[in-house]
Amino acid sequence: MSIQLIGVRKAFGDKVILDGVSLEVREGETVAIVGFSGSGKSVLLKTIVGLLRPDAGQVIVDGQVVTELRRAELYALRRRVGYVFQFAALFDSMTVAENVAMGLRRIPGMTEEEIAARVESSLRLVDLEGYGPRYPAELSGGQRKRVGLARAIATRPKYVLYDEPTTGLDPVTTAVIDRLILRLREELGVTGVVITHNLESAYRVGDRIAMLHGGVIRFAGTPEEVRQATDPLVRAFVEGRPELAEGIL
Amino acid sequence: MLRRMRDGWTAPLAWVGRSAIGTAAGFGRFGTFAAGVLRAVPDVATWGRLMVQQMARLGVDSLPIALFIAAFTGIVLALQASYTFTGAVPLYFVGTLVGKTMLLELGPVLTGLALAGRVGANIAAELGTMKVTEQIDALETLAYDPLAYLVVPRVLAGVLMFPIVVAFADATGIVGGWITALNMLDMSTPEFVRGLRLFFDPFDVRYSLIKAASFGLTVTAVGCFFGLTASGGAEGVGRATTRAVVASSMTILVLDAFWAVALL
Repeated sequence: MSIQLIGVRKAFGDKVILDGVSLEVREGETVAIVGFSGSGKSVLLKTIVGLLRPDAGQVIVDGQVVTELRRAELYALRRRVGYVFQFAALFDSMTVAENVAMGLRRIPGMTEEEIAARVESSLRLVDLEGYGPRYPAELSGGQRKRVGLARAIATRPKYVLYDEPTTGLDPVTTAVIDRLILRLREELGVTGVVITHNLESAYRVGDRIAMLHGGVIRFAGTPEEVRQATDPLVRAFVEGRPELAEGIL
Repeated sequence: MLRRMRDGWTAPLAWVGRSAIGTAAGFGRFGTFAAGVLRAVPDVATWGRLMVQQMARLGVDSLPIALFIAAFTGIVLALQASYTFTGAVPLYFVGTLVGKTMLLELGPVLTGLALAGRVGANIAAELGTMKVTEQIDALETLAYDPLAYLVVPRVLAGVLMFPIVVAFADATGIVGGWITALNMLDMSTPEFVRGLRLFFDPFDVRYSLIKAASFGLTVTAVGCFFGLTASGGAEGVGRATTRAVVASSMTILVLDAFWAVALL
């Protein structure tokens, strides 16, 4: 099973954000989606998990057409999908442990002991063992992102969607988060979609890299193929030289 | 020139039209929201365990401000009644006026308006902040229905707790009036109680509590609606909070008139 986007279109008023995006993320693979600010990367991620409904096209996750699911079926699907938010989106009024336990409480039959054990193991996986009693306000930006990651993976989902997991972090913390994403893929076998502006991160975590521009996937290939790409827009993005894409941007 | 004059005449009409469409759209969105809340009520597994916490926050924590307002309202009512009645109406009617006015009008309405500010603003600001920081989306991705998790327990707690707070406020106002009558109006307790019982009807208590429950529904539902539809960062949350307080205060006054027409 995988994630498939077929001709996905989404507009807000007159502004078309996605104009027929098609992309497949194969099982066990991590695809990094890069693109300029405002290109619709986060919108794309939100359509995958049903937070936004596309105006046209199909989103298929784990063999189910997301747009056709009823509410209960959508929530059942979401238990198999973890979502890491750009600014972590931790619940301020809850401790770290309570945040991580939120998804687990939706799993029928799970006891409090099992939840506590899973919370601890998830926090250990992101190197935040013992941080359970703290509140989000007491954490640094990097720690908050790691708690967001722990919350997303606590239910041991088959898919994890990362919305700019390293934006605003220093290079060392960025590398730590990237390693965590790789570790999750290796240890839990998750299929991942990573939205990022950071090309170094994309090279590190992506089996494939897709570039979103003008509402469509402009380019998709392995990190090596991206490095060799001749498309002026991809080159401009890779090299950080807008003059290479004059007339397109 | 002619075009400018025509635009000058039509601009107010256009504004009225846009406002009417905006208001109708707002009512439509609220209707959709209300239908969603009703649909979420059977999801007891999600909201059940949050009820006690919300009842404490909305009800118990609101008692000090409600009782403070009620006590001073009772004092002022007794003094103004005595001032009005002097020489013309027997003084024991002070008890009648304090009791009737607290139960029928000032107990529920002043408490409702105070809680529109305290509870309504609190709910709108809390949910609005959650909305603009993507915490509502986070709930969705964790397979929680935000309406079942956030709205239903607040609305039910409001409907259940507002009547309790208002009952205490009614009693406090009457006690405030009684103490004032004893100490400042040279009345005795039997005189005050005689006036209090003179036109007392148990229906007055039911009327007070029905109004309070409807105010609880209004304040919490409106606060949740404006919170969940907030957008645009801190400024948007501030705007949503103000709108919630204004809308619920106005609705309380409309409901107050409605219950008077419907039940009295």
